[in-house]
Amino acid sequence: MKLLPFLRPPTFRHGVHPDEQKAATAGLPIERMPFVEEYVMPLAQHIGAPARAIVEPGQRVERGEMIAEPGGFVSTAHHAPATGTVRAIDLRPHPSGRLQPAIVIGADPFSSQRLSADAQPLPKGLPGPELVRRIQDAGLVGLGGAAFPSHVKLQVPEGKKARFVMLNGCECEPYLTCDHRIMLERPRAVIGGLRLIMEQVGAERGYVGVENNKADAIEALRQAVGREGLPIEVFALQVKYPQGAEKMMIDAILRQEVPSGGLPLDLELLVNNVGTAAAMVDLVETGQPLIERVLTVSGDGVRRPANLLVPLGTSIEAVLDYCGGMLPETRQVLLGGPMMGMAQKNLDAPIVKGTGGILASLRPAPFIEEEPCIRCARCLEACPLYLNPARIALLAREERVPELSTYHAMDCFECAACSFVCPSHIPLVQLIRMGKAMVRQAAEAEAS
Amino acid sequence: MARDAPRLRIKTAPYVHTGLSTRRLMFEVVASLAPVVLCAAWYFGVSAVLVVAAATAGAVGTEWVFMDKSDGHLLGKHSLGTLRDGSALLTGVLLGLTLPPAIPLWMAFLGGFVAISLGKVIWGGLGQNLFNPALVGRAFLQAAFPITLTTWVPPGASFWDLRSGTFAAPLMNAVDGVTSATPLGLAKFEQQITPIRALLSGDTAGSLGETSGALLLICAVYLGVRKVFDWRLPLATILSVALFSGALHLIDAEIYPSPLFMLCSGGFLFGTVFMVTDPVTSPITPRGEWIFGLGVGLLVVLIRLFGGLAEGVMYAILLMNSVTPLINRVTQPRKFGG
Repeated sequence: MKLLPFLRPPTFRHGVHPDEQKAATAGLPIERMPFVEEYVMPLAQHIGAPARAIVEPGQRVERGEMIAEPGGFVSTAHHAPATGTVRAIDLRPHPSGRLQPAIVIGADPFSSQRLSADAQPLPKGLPGPELVRRIQDAGLVGLGGAAFPSHVKLQVPEGKKARFVMLNGCECEPYLTCDHRIMLERPRAVIGGLRLIMEQVGAERGYVGVENNKADAIEALRQAVGREGLPIEVFALQVKYPQGAEKMMIDAILRQEVPSGGLPLDLELLVNNVGTAAAMVDLVETGQPLIERVLTVSGDGVRRPANLLVPLGTSIEAVLDYCGGMLPETRQVLLGGPMMGMAQKNLDAPIVKGTGGILASLRPAPFIEEEPCIRCARCLEACPLYLNPARIALLAREERVPELSTYHAMDCFECAACSFVCPSHIPLVQLIRMGKAMVRQAAEAEAS
Repeated sequence: MARDAPRLRIKTAPYVHTGLSTRRLMFEVVASLAPVVLCAAWYFGVSAVLVVAAATAGAVGTEWVFMDKSDGHLLGKHSLGTLRDGSALLTGVLLGLTLPPAIPLWMAFLGGFVAISLGKVIWGGLGQNLFNPALVGRAFLQAAFPITLTTWVPPGASFWDLRSGTFAAPLMNAVDGVTSATPLGLAKFEQQITPIRALLSGDTAGSLGETSGALLLICAVYLGVRKVFDWRLPLATILSVALFSGALHLIDAEIYPSPLFMLCSGGFLFGTVFMVTDPVTSPITPRGEWIFGLGVGLLVVLIRLFGGLAEGVMYAILLMNSVTPLINRVTQPRKFGG
């Protein structure tokens, strides 16, 4: 197979092949999780400034009503995921492991949980800036994991152009199948969202990148495109981690590299997640803000793996309970995938906008004592950005800050492919993270 | 907060791993050396096994002496200490296979000691050394006992016949008996070319591990397919020797032997498959690997054809080892998008 690269689907160079582990949930339709008793909406669940609460304890809120307003331009609003009463605005467990300010809502058990009357379909032909404001007020963020506020991307800065829009349906993290199910079950919403973005930024072509382990989703999307004869192309990409990193997907589809330190916009390109596109269509067609998301519950510690549509703010524990409960021997619970996700200690932490999955495992990979680096170069062969992870990790360990920049430490987006392959079990990506923090600190010190 | 959380483990991402370990890599190479040791035993009898065992004992014993035993346990932290990683074992076996069959065992043992102590430990242990430890051991022996290290015996004789030097006491001049020249010595000093078939089967005089070219090629394929080493290094080295010796052969086939002879004779294949590919002492960058291989090949050709020695693989590799950090520095990969 490796001998015939021209016969294989496009991809980027380097990368790794973790076990896919998607079979347990790939065939399961998305089911709606019932409402629970309490919801915890952290004010910070996106990149940028946290939102500002606009409700008081004791206040009654309707499902879909705004409860926190954007805290700046790179920030977004939050909404009540269920009708009920604000119980408190207080510090609560957050998926980051810290306690964070959050709005706690007790759901009204007798409410019909219809959307608030404020939520109305958007009028057709809204002017661009108005649509951007509506999207910000609807709390839309990138649902692929980074949770970057969507409206910021849709406002193309002066002097820049976005001639192409790309949707990311790669879903290269093992286990996760939520994007797969969204593309398969709602292909027209995905393509509709893509068209919406294209119209908003005046793009001439659209692309969707999907790893070719999701043939049914690719087919569904192609049908949705084909029917209407749109300038949109669906690409089947090679299954390889991190194919879903936006730089890697752009490289695979357009054979162009986003400049180091730059944005896709430097290539006149805009990238969004497929789930985000579908959420945008929901907003335009029904007025529903971002109050729920699809996530995958999987791993051998879960009795009943599932793809669930879950109201934001639901606790990890409630989701696991809905899936038949977690086996008592479970030793690890992750939010997100096993390559870039985060281990959780407190299962009271809520599902937030960037949560793509809950993985419970009985036998997590054992902790293996680190051994000396033997310079085998496997990390260099894995790094999708052609960095030298072993070297950067060593420099970080020795706190040689100026040299960290010479080796482009800041380019790393922490995909963890280097740690995945290291035969000496050196925590490379963790050391690089520390190195990046050192560089940032040094820059701040210099500035002040 | 809710009920007692179960015993959940917290660590940072990633939560999955290939399962490959340095230990596993080392033992894969050791395993691939087993047929080479057997082949040496086939041609040179029980002495071959004893020499390899003595060198290994020297290397492993030295590792044991120097390793961290700060927990008061005789075998050091974590049961076997740094013996666990298998690198001392590998160094010992490799060293043993670079030695002549009739070398006294005490010399092989001493070589193992030097290989680990001066070749590795003094640099800071595994991964820190500049030079290939096994070759450091051999270079020491060659400097200390030049006659013994260049005295070759012909293959054959019965398996249980000990080679004359094997049990010689330390510092006694013990080398005698039947000696023979290596194919490279014959070519250089007597203009006599050994047929390729003999070189491939290994039925020639030489160091223990360097005799059968065919077997070494099989090892190379095994290690390459199992992705134990990077194929660029051996390929670059082989291409380099073929290129340079081929060019010379075209200029004057009378003086310069054919590239095929150059590739199959002496320690070239053994060094290329097992020492050029040592990850610690070879460059880490892809371009650096090509440069390293090219350099080793060029030096081998220069030393063999224009130098005073018949064989030059050891010095070629050691010399290129010394510039590895420099090669790494100037061949840093281009960054994505820049």
